This record gives sequence, structure tokens and C-alpha cells, in this order.
Amino acid sequence: MKRLLSGNEAMALGAHHAGLSVAAAYPGTPSTEILENLAKMEGIYVEWSTNEKVAMEVAMGASYGGVRALAIMKHVGLNVAADPFFAASVTGVRGGLVVISCDDPGMHSSQNEQDNRHFARFAKVPMLEPSNSQEAYDLMAWAFQISEEFDTPVLFRSTTRISHCKTVAEVQEAPDVDRKRPKFTRDPYKLVMVPSNARPRHPLMEERIQKLSSYVETFPLNEIILQDRSLGIISSGAAYQHAREVFQGASFLKLVTTYPLPQTLIRRFALDVKRILVVEELDPFIEDTLRAMGMNVIGKEVVPIMGELNPQILEERAAIAGLIPKPAALYAVKKPVRELPMRPPLLCPGCPHTATSYALKRLGFYHTQPEEESASGRKAVARKRQGLIVTSDIGCYTLAVYPPLLALDTCACMGASIGQAHGLEKAGITNKIVSVIGDSTFLHSGITGLVNAVYNEGRGTTIILDNSTTAMTGHQGHPGTGTSARGETAPRVVIEDLVRGIGVRDLSIVNAFDLALIEDTIKRCVETDEPSVIIVRGACPLHVRGKGKPMTVDLAACDQCFNCLRVGCQAITREGNEVRIDTAICVGDRCAVCSQVCHQKAIRVE
Amino acid sequence: MKKIDILMTGVGGQGVILASDALAEIAMKAGHDVKKSDSLGMSQRGGSVVSHLRLGRQVFSPMIRKGEADILLAFERLEGARWADYLHKGSIAIINDLAIPPLSVVGGASAYPTTVEVEDIIRRYTDQLYIMPGTQIAQEMGNPQVLNVLLVGFLSVFLDIEEKSYIEDLSQRVPQKVLQLNLKAFARGREEALARTQGN
Repeated sequence: MKRLLSGNEAMALGAHHAGLSVAAAYPGTPSTEILENLAKMEGIYVEWSTNEKVAMEVAMGASYGGVRALAIMKHVGLNVAADPFFAASVTGVRGGLVVISCDDPGMHSSQNEQDNRHFARFAKVPMLEPSNSQEAYDLMAWAFQISEEFDTPVLFRSTTRISHCKTVAEVQEAPDVDRKRPKFTRDPYKLVMVPSNARPRHPLMEERIQKLSSYVETFPLNEIILQDRSLGIISSGAAYQHAREVFQGASFLKLVTTYPLPQTLIRRFALDVKRILVVEELDPFIEDTLRAMGMNVIGKEVVPIMGELNPQILEERAAIAGLIPKPAALYAVKKPVRELPMRPPLLCPGCPHTATSYALKRLGFYHTQPEEESASGRKAVARKRQGLIVTSDIGCYTLAVYPPLLALDTCACMGASIGQAHGLEKAGITNKIVSVIGDSTFLHSGITGLVNAVYNEGRGTTIILDNSTTAMTGHQGHPGTGTSARGETAPRVVIEDLVRGIGVRDLSIVNAFDLALIEDTIKRCVETDEPSVIIVRGACPLHVRGKGKPMTVDLAACDQCFNCLRVGCQAITREGNEVRIDTAICVGDRCAVCSQVCHQKAIRVE
Repeated sequence: MKKIDILMTGVGGQGVILASDALAEIAMKAGHDVKKSDSLGMSQRGGSVVSHLRLGRQVFSPMIRKGEADILLAFERLEGARWADYLHKGSIAIINDLAIPPLSVVGGASAYPTTVEVEDIIRRYTDQLYIMPGTQIAQEMGNPQVLNVLLVGFLSVFLDIEEKSYIEDLSQRVPQKVLQLNLKAFARGREEALARTQGN
């Protein structure tokens, strides 16, 4: 049956039809929808794990138990899960173990664009890469089969354009799903990796890659298309589709087995064509191997090493390199009449992070002075004299780095804020330091940072922005929500109990929409000599809908100070000197942060 | 079956993705190969949204090149102007006459382009420009939410897909209690388009 499926939907369906029993994931763009789709299917155990490392370990355990298992994450999640991922490569599997990594070239919603194909070579595991939803569906069964046949986890690599793109796929309608029965057989030589057991595993891993190298030579989904033989293109994933678009008449070798590479097949293709261009997104992963094979290829001198690829970029670069004639469209693009205003993403109207971000800006930027330009040449540099330093984390609240809030000073990776704040303090920075982290991120990997701060006598203040959901990725459950991956009621881990249990004595819980209380609490906490935690609690307006009484601006009372515009709320607009509140998107007095910053009390409930 | 590249743009929360999802499904059922690619993730939070929808006999890349879009359907004026360089001579540009000023405009750091400016920007690429008071009509019909169905109705006149395919899809997609309103909005969108094209 023909269906229009996103890559993520296709992977979920493919895994289901391949007899998947256990799936574990932590949400992260662009991977989130895979588990969300699996959660709609019968007969599979699904869970949102606390983080990617745990998800990997759960999948490993399930595989040891003899059933087919899936761990799903975004590219940076595999950094978190790297330890068990490498361990699984050493022990091998029982039931098929597939690890989906969704990379994000172009950083649509990520802090970096690392190329996770390197993880396959690094951990010595085979890798498969689909180039559309059809292959995303078909390859899933192959991935489990390879895993079991070669006793190895399989890395299944997708990218944003594969995961989020909808393409037509022919799928089975409702096949009889054959699942393996759970069974655990004791075998310490395989499953207990003390050094004496691990050493004999390493030769097996090397042998495994050799066997896989032969196996992929005849893998049916690698495809040679011979057309004009003056140019042969070797490509994979989304890049392959862009290349087909741009080099319509050329010959192609499409690879879905990108580690190990089918070297004999590649050499055979090379004999059929005059010269070879490798079209791949990000790093020269395939290209480097071809060069090591002694082949003369064109690659990164034409195809950019950075950013997401698209037909436009590929066409321009190929034309400049003389591989194709210059396209007419290149000259048709006109200079803009004028710069159009940008529209960056913002905190939503009624967002429970707004008041805290506003308070942090006020306390943070009170005393700054411009310094020399930063290395990046941007002018946003200011030496903080006395104001707060705010280390932030991964979540919606990171949007407070943009104007007009400008509230944050660092953001690196999941859970980093608390450790960074502690490091700044121990370095001898005399400013007060506050770390800001969401509830889901705190449970993901903030806990260990807080334990560390307590043990090592930190004085920092940690703000846990608790909106009781994983908001940025679309409201998934986590241990603090009391909701399972299937949307059912689940036991709830109470964050304040956890914080107290860690040994934090100074704990405050404040309402996310009470600006004065938030500000006073921060001011008090940063003056103490012990670690403190402020839980700022308020629901996400996209998650818990509903409006309060509408807010309005009394224009007669307004003195046009425009403080309300500095809250950064999308519902507050200005026409000339008149401030208006768009009641269609304002959540009303459920939030009312704007009225709290108004000196004239001109913003009121209607 | 000739290729048709459609770029749908707007602001997060306007229903751009929902509309392009529906259109993609309808086109597939009508026998086209279809690929569709959206901006997701952080762009959802009130940022610019763009959806690339490509139809044809066999589509490779899911992304439209600059100068290659045959139709631009913009749910908002600035987001219409922003993607103008995807148009070519002969492209059809449908722009919903609505301004949602971004925060930089509200704060006074930059100016929102006037309707005339937006028209000028589009007309540098194509003369087939329709400025459509979609938001106003949707409000008159009693529910601003039907904007996307109204705009898809307008767009449908320019596509070689039978009217009943859209109606079938709507009937499956939309809850029963608002179905009549949505069907009316779709029909109204078509009427608006036909009234404008027959004058040409």
C-alpha cells in the first residue's frame, strides 16, 4: 500500500513490521517522532528514558534478553550514550539491536552539526543510511537481520531531511508481526566485560568488520545507475537526492551501507566512469576511504564541508568547478530591494520562562561595559562587572538569549549549566552565578551536576524551570510529569524531593508568573554561602491550554516607556506610540507579566 | 505529468504545515510523486515557517531551488516577500493580506514592508500576483482557523487536481462539527481565485 510518510514514520513502521519488541528514546529534534509513532503501535514496549545513555542501556538489556530492540536519539544524544554504545559493540547482541541517530546538518535545532558517521568507524559497528522514506522503511528489517547475523549493534543514521521529509513509500498494510520470545542465557564471556573477557572480544570485533566488508559487496539496496559515463557520482542519504536533481544525466553509485564500504563495488563503478565526484553532507567520510584506497576522486573541493546541502548549493558549486554548465537561475536571483526584518523564534505568549528570563536580564545586565570585539567579530560582548552571570541549558528557555531578553551567558549541551556555574565560581569569578535548567533537562543530566555542587561546596543558585513537560520537542513525558510515553499515568519523580535528597537545604518553589517574587528569591539566594535551588513552576501554554481574563492597555495611563515591549511577548505590539495587546494570542491574566513591569499600571485586566 | 514546485510560507502557528500536509496527501492520491519538506524545531515558536512541496512524475530532492518555485502561497505578507527570489517569470504568487510584525519591528529596530513594497518585491520576479484578503474573509465566515483551507481552495484552481479530491481529503481530515464550515471556506477560496483569473 502506498503511503506518504516522513522518514521518522517510515522507520517506526519498518521497525514494527520487523518484529521490534522494545524501543527506548530521549526526545530530540529531528528524532522525536520515531518513538511517538511507535507508541501508537500495538505489541511494542516503548519508553521515554531519562536520557540517551539510559535508552541505550535499556535497548542493550532487551537485546540481551533475546528480543529485537531499538535505541533512538538525535546526533548529540549519541555523545551521551557513547559509553554503552561502545560497550554494546564489544559484547555484541542476542536479539537485534539497532541504534538510530538523527543528525542535524545545518543545525536547524541543535548546538552543533557533528557527523555521526564517524561513530560507526569509531565503535566498529556497521552503518546503514536511507535516502528516502521507502529505504527508511525497508532498511529497518535489514538492520535487525545484520545485527543478529553478525552479532553487532547496527548504527542507523538519518538526518533532518530524511527524518522530517515526507515521501511516497510502498509499505505492507498489516503484516503478521513475528516477534522473538524473551530468553536469557548466562554467558559471562560474552556479557561480563572484565578485562580478561573483553580482550578476546576485540579480535572478534575486527573479524566482524572484515566479514561485513564482504557482506556489503552484494547488499541489494546499494545501486549503480549507469548513464553518461563522463561523470560518476558516489553519494548517500539526502545528498544523493540532491545530486540526482542537479546531475540529471550522470552515472550514480548510491550507497546505503556507508560503513564498512563495499570497496570492490566502488572500484567496479570507478572502472565504468571517467571521473568520480563524491557528494556527501558534512565530513569527507566516504571520500577519505576512497582516497585511502588510492582512488583519484573529487569531493570536498566542490561540495561544502559545512552546513546542510541542497540542490541550490550543489548546483552553484558544481558550476563553479566546471562540472556542469552555469545554470540560468544563478543570474536570475536579484539583489534584495532592502533588508527585510528577520523573524527569530521567540518564547510564546504566556510562557512560564518569560518572567524568570526578564528578572535575570535585569539582575544580569545592570552593570556591563563594552569591551573589545570578540574573536567572532560580533559586538555583543560586554564585561560583566557586578551583574549576575547566567549559565543556561538546552530547552525553550535558551530562546531568552535573543533580544529583547538577552538574559543568558552560556549554553553548551544537555545538563551543562550547573557544572559550568560551579567551574566559574571555583575559577574565582566574583560575580554571583545562577544556572538555569528545565525540568526535563535537569532529570536528563542536571542531577549529577547538582550532586557535584553539593559535595564540592558550591555556592551557586540553580533555577529549575519546571513546566512539567518536555516543551521544545513537543510535550513528551519525562519522570517528573507522571505521564508515560503512551500517554498513560505513570509514577512521578518529585523534583523537590529529589533536590532535598541530594542535600540542598535552601530550596524555594515559586510561581512562574510572579515576577517580584522570582526576582527577590534570586537576589536572596545568590547572597548565601550554600548551594540553593529555586523551582520556578508554571505550565506551558501550548501544553495546558486555556486563557485567563483578557488584558488590555489603558492608553490614557500609558506614558510610553515601552517597558512592556522588553518582556519580548509576541502578543504585545506597537502602532506608532500606541501599545496594543493581541487578545487572540495573549493568555490573559493567567500570565500578566506585562502588567507587572508597567510603572503606570496601565496594563490591566479588561 | 509536469513538475510543480510549491512553496508555502508563513509564521509559526498559522497552519502552514497542516495545509501542506493535506495538499501533499491529495496530490499523492491524484497520482503524483510527492516530496515535502518543512522547517521544524525552533522555527515553530513564532518564527518563519516554510514548507517545500514538490510534485511530478519522479521527484528527487525534497527542496526547491531559488528561481524554481511555480507557486508561492504566503500566509503573511512579510513571509511572502522574504521568499520572492524562489519565483521565476510565470510563477504564481498568492499572498494573504495580513501583517504580523516581528518583534524587531515592534521594538522599532526595523520597519515592516508596506503592501506596495511587498508587491514591488514580488513583481520583480512575476506579474501573476494575487493579494488575497484571506484573514478578513475567514473572520467574516466566523472562524479565523479556516484560513488555511481558504488559501488551499484559492491555490487549488491553479493545480491539475480534481476538486473532489480536496473535498474527500477534507472530509477525512476535519472533525464532523466543523466540516461544513471548512467545505464552505474551500469553496469560497476557489471562487475568489476564479473571480480574479477570469478577469485576466
